[in-house]
Amino acid sequence: MTVVLDPTAGKSAQSIETVPRPASVEGLMIGLLDISKPRGNKFLDRLEERLVEMGAQVSRYAKPTFAKPAPVDLRHEIATNCDAVIEALAD
Amino acid sequence: MPAVKQPLPDGVVAVVKRDCPTCELVAPVLDDLAQRGLELTVFTQDDPQFPPGAATVIDDTALEVSWFHEIETVPTLIKVDQGQENERIVGWSRQQWETFTGHEALGPDLPEQRPGCGSLSVDPSRVDELTVRFSGSKLRSRRIELAELEDDVEAAFDRGWSDGLPVVPPTEARVLRMLDGTTRAPDEIVATVAPDLAEVSVEQVAINAVLAGCKPEYLPVVLAAVEAACTDEFNMHGLIATTFFSGPIVIVNGPIASRIGMNSGNNVLGQGNRANLTIGRALQLVVRNIGGGRPPRNLSGNGGGSAGGIDMALMGAPSKIGLSFAEREADSPFEPLATERGLAPGTDAVTLYAGQGPTAIVDQLSRTPESLARSMAGVLATTFHPKLVIGFDAMLIVGPEHGRLFSQAGWDKARLRAELDELLVFDTDQLLRGVGGIDEGLPAEMAGTTVPKFRPGGLHIVHAGGDAGLFSAVLGGWVGGQMGSTPVTRAITGIG
Repeated sequence: MTVVLDPTAGKSAQSIETVPRPASVEGLMIGLLDISKPRGNKFLDRLEERLVEMGAQVSRYAKPTFAKPAPVDLRHEIATNCDAVIEALAD
Repeated sequence: MPAVKQPLPDGVVAVVKRDCPTCELVAPVLDDLAQRGLELTVFTQDDPQFPPGAATVIDDTALEVSWFHEIETVPTLIKVDQGQENERIVGWSRQQWETFTGHEALGPDLPEQRPGCGSLSVDPSRVDELTVRFSGSKLRSRRIELAELEDDVEAAFDRGWSDGLPVVPPTEARVLRMLDGTTRAPDEIVATVAPDLAEVSVEQVAINAVLAGCKPEYLPVVLAAVEAACTDEFNMHGLIATTFFSGPIVIVNGPIASRIGMNSGNNVLGQGNRANLTIGRALQLVVRNIGGGRPPRNLSGNGGGSAGGIDMALMGAPSKIGLSFAEREADSPFEPLATERGLAPGTDAVTLYAGQGPTAIVDQLSRTPESLARSMAGVLATTFHPKLVIGFDAMLIVGPEHGRLFSQAGWDKARLRAELDELLVFDTDQLLRGVGGIDEGLPAEMAGTTVPKFRPGGLHIVHAGGDAGLFSAVLGGWVGGQMGSTPVTRAITGIG
């Protein structure tokens, strides 16, 4: 019988439950996170228009660069201020 | 209980085996020494009844004492005082034995001297098993027992440990041998690996180096590469996640490169050299298996691991399987990359660069450095897109025949760089969106000025390749600097 050593970090995938989907966005604070790819802002401008029409409040955020994870402080700010967040991955 | 090294009894210790003619020869001498009152303990490797006579004989057929005290030859005599070894001799030499024991006229009928035999504890057919038995307990990783009918290579594929090529099964014996390549402790933490931000120990790097096919002497290079990759500046997290092509390329400087047999010459970026092919692969397997950075399982089922891999590369590149190479320093017109980046000349070092495969620069007619620099600038100017500037880094690999032209003209790296910097400045009006019938380009507000092709520090220059061929190469990079990845250089330490 062959015995080998585990080459992985030995972690099992953590499942994180998403919050329940809101029935309506009315009165909610929706964060829009621009990852700083070209023209992502145009996509988010249009989403903001539509969300405001639907009665939501919108707060805009941007990552300093698309090539790195969002800084911890930014993630914390979004989590503290918003009921939901939409991230623009568009090029 | 894990075996630990026990001190030897005080006095003189002899280690012997019956299956050694020299040990048979000296058996009467050992008996004689015991009768003369020498404080003598004999450890016997193969027969507890051997040697007969007055000496105290201890059974070491388990080879534990022999292994822990690194006996390579039998007979070995060791002088021990308060548990500490002071001196040892091997084989039989009357003069040596007399001086060592302080007794005269030993074995008068014996020849003057005889070499010893190999210790069973270093017998090639036993040493792996002994190493696992006596030092395996220092390994902390989880043991995985493969089923009787499981093929060990297929098992690694099935568990998602492979990048798509077969891996070497990481048995305890192989991992222990790999760890011999470094003086660093197995439980030392090397880095925190993105994207899962999992800490990786020297032992876990060694396991993945076994998977990749590394030899133990490559391990210090792999460890330095893991350290360099897992820094904020290098940004392995972004590099593994991007839609772009690039992967971590490991460039090695210093005497270690030739000592471990790395290639800096013919086919330097190609096949045929184990060190070049496995060092970068080991780094990528650490990112995959420890950091969790892997592509999503693809339609043919070869992506491996969880379906939700984070590697979003549109096409990827060979550097994502693993790409490492040594700089050709011996006849280089340039100072080595690691020296340019601040380490003392001659330091063993890795530099991590986020890049792709090579694009050829062909120039077989230039006979002046000015002309050749213009050729190089012409190819560099089109890297990524002829109208895009500053965002992306590039690495110029100057081939030796091109390099000779520079050295003959007295051009060092600074001189070539100054020339390229001058040639690689463009009027923004030529690069605006829409110019040349191409929508891609700079925004209109950048009109009326000049821009460099590369950010300051964004063009890297090294020397590598075979003797013949009037070529050089560009390794296209990735988003450079704080916005993406900055090359990181680290000294290689803990060379075993």
